Amino acid sequence: MTTPSSPPPRGETPPFWRDPAKRALLFQALMLAALFMVVGFIVSNTLENLDARGITTGFGFLNDTAGFGIVQSLIDYTPQSSYGRTFLVGLLNTLLVSALGVFAATVIGFLMGIARLSPNWLIARIAGAYVEIFRNIPLLLQIFFWYFAVLRSLPSPRDSMSLGEAVFLNIRGLVVPAPVGGPGFVWTLVALAVAVIAAIVLVRWNRRRQEATGDRLPAGWISAGMIVALPALVFVASGMPLTWDLPKLGGFNFSGGITVLPELLALWLALSIYTGAFIAEIVRSGIQAVSHGQTEAARALSLSGGMTLRLVVIPQAMRVIIPPLTSQYLNLIKNSSLATAIGYPDLVSVFAGTTLNQTGQAIEVIMMTMAVYLTLSLLVSMFMNWFNARMALVER
Amino acid sequence: MSKLTLNTTPVDARPAPKRGVGPIAWLRSNLFQGPINSVLSLLAIWALIAGLTPLIQWAIINADWLGTSREACNSGGACWVFISARFEQFIYGFYPSELRWRVNLTFVLFALLIGWLALPRLPAKKLAAVVTLVVFPVVAFYLLHGGSFGMPAVPTHRWGGLMLTLVLAVVGIVAALPIGVVLALGRQSKMPIVKSISVVFIEFWRGVPLITVLFMASVMLPLFVPTEVDMDKLVRALIGITLFQSAYMAEVVRGGLQAIPRGQEEAAAALGMGYWKRMGLIVLPQALKMMIPGIVNTFIALFKDTSLVLIIGLFDLLAIVQAALADADWLGFSIEGYVFVAFVFWIFCFGMSRYSQYLERKLHTGH
Repeated sequence: MTTPSSPPPRGETPPFWRDPAKRALLFQALMLAALFMVVGFIVSNTLENLDARGITTGFGFLNDTAGFGIVQSLIDYTPQSSYGRTFLVGLLNTLLVSALGVFAATVIGFLMGIARLSPNWLIARIAGAYVEIFRNIPLLLQIFFWYFAVLRSLPSPRDSMSLGEAVFLNIRGLVVPAPVGGPGFVWTLVALAVAVIAAIVLVRWNRRRQEATGDRLPAGWISAGMIVALPALVFVASGMPLTWDLPKLGGFNFSGGITVLPELLALWLALSIYTGAFIAEIVRSGIQAVSHGQTEAARALSLSGGMTLRLVVIPQAMRVIIPPLTSQYLNLIKNSSLATAIGYPDLVSVFAGTTLNQTGQAIEVIMMTMAVYLTLSLLVSMFMNWFNARMALVER
Repeated sequence: MSKLTLNTTPVDARPAPKRGVGPIAWLRSNLFQGPINSVLSLLAIWALIAGLTPLIQWAIINADWLGTSREACNSGGACWVFISARFEQFIYGFYPSELRWRVNLTFVLFALLIGWLALPRLPAKKLAAVVTLVVFPVVAFYLLHGGSFGMPAVPTHRWGGLMLTLVLAVVGIVAALPIGVVLALGRQSKMPIVKSISVVFIEFWRGVPLITVLFMASVMLPLFVPTEVDMDKLVRALIGITLFQSAYMAEVVRGGLQAIPRGQEEAAAALGMGYWKRMGLIVLPQALKMMIPGIVNTFIALFKDTSLVLIIGLFDLLAIVQAALADADWLGFSIEGYVFVAFVFWIFCFGMSRYSQYLERKLHTGH
């Protein structure tokens, strides 16, 4: 033990290194100075190195002609387009596979998470085996497996596997019929939108009515019926203006229909199966976190099994599930960058890969790529925080 | 008043209760509780038989195990000869075969240290932790790289396979731990500048994918240092992985710090301890114990993520198998190769996750 230091005599201010506030100021000033020195060192080195290699800095390269093709693009793109355009194409492809992946992973994850708690021993074991197998194998390996071992060993277009002469699966990808809306098909879509809006209004009105009077309509069934029936009626009334563009084998490849690239399929499968395993664990632990007394109390109030689940268990489980679910969604978006390993044209592949190699603008390209992922992360966590705040129980 | 009548005929005997034990009762209560469950169970049994039978036939019954070349693979099943013929390369990469004892020695030392740390009965855990985190990396570097003590140097571009995977993961975790502790303390600091620097650093690395970090490490890092410094490819990857991992580690440490009641720190402050003494003697030792499951979980994630280094041209376990699949002598055995890699990764990750679950149960001393 050190002897306690004697307090300074009254009227005398202590030396500044004994004053925590001043010490903190000094420490922070030193830290800032060190940070500036490190940054300055890096910047000066970088400028020197760029100068030695003859690379000009700046974002002017974004207007130059790219000169390379991209196999999948959601917007118009030709090799004559600019590098700025490749950035957009890559970004949209990343968003596409992320959205598909988030959807499929959520479905798989919730199904498997609930199956893991099934009273059926076999179903619970199968779900458990799925989780333990797929979350302990690297995602990149799973992508390689689906791409090189499964999809790349499919037959050629001539001997494709087919489903009812409409859907074909071959080494070039999955070919499905494309819907072609005729004139007037737009009204069916309008009817769908109207039905969805009406359903939302109905559910809200029903909730308010229930809180006021205690009566409730089966709003779920009514809205479901409305969403199916209204567009169907309009569709029939306007003369069924929808045709299918069926894929046809001509020469060595299919024409017509929509071709889903094998790269996209492999990435989608791997991302959803891998992330689904993590989501299943989150769902399982979320449901288990709701204490058994809650279910018993609900049954004692004579709520039915479905109502117990919908009104008591799920709202409480969601509070536990949403925060880790958010980070799984973020992981999935970030993991979609593994596309570059199999050549799916995502942001990292076409921009941080091809564009960087062609222009040599390493700093600008990497910074833009990182900024995109940071922004996406921020947006998704903001949305999920908002959703979480809505789902959180209001404690009185 | 009504007359009391007495029923004198005996009631029929009740049937015996359903058996609560035995295989039939087990089946009834676990697989065939009702019509829906019975259908589900039958479907699952059918799917398992339909799926597993060809798998077992391919992987075990019809597989070829012995031989040295692809001619040995003619029975139509899996060709494990491919794995056994290339096994040494998958483990050691291009490490010179006469020097592989050094890798083996490192593996053995590592396994012994991990055993010392993980088995609860062995004493002196603190010493074991110090040896693993400080002494072992130095010894391992001299053993693997060589170049002194009369051992010929093996340049890092000859490292590969499982050995490189382990090097990347272990160095990533060991180097990220101290940075993570500092960052977590900084994030909890009351000094605004220290806090914001830590928060920005942590959130930046957590918000970007590891691939972009590796790209950055391989193309931007050489620009950041003076021209005369020539950085090894492996070192660059390690720097990227360490920066990336330290942010995740900081969040694990923060979780551990938050699990310690504030009273602990206040009591230490009441005893007149300064900040570093409070942290070093009171808070961190308790928090570190709580953090071990979290650290193991980050290690599992990092261990799987090390496979991404194949994108910047390092030959870890997955990359070296991927390269072997392109060998003209062994074309068409990609499934065997992937199954082997998956099996190796799975054993490591599953083992570690079981250990971390066990620790969580053991550390859960609450209600």
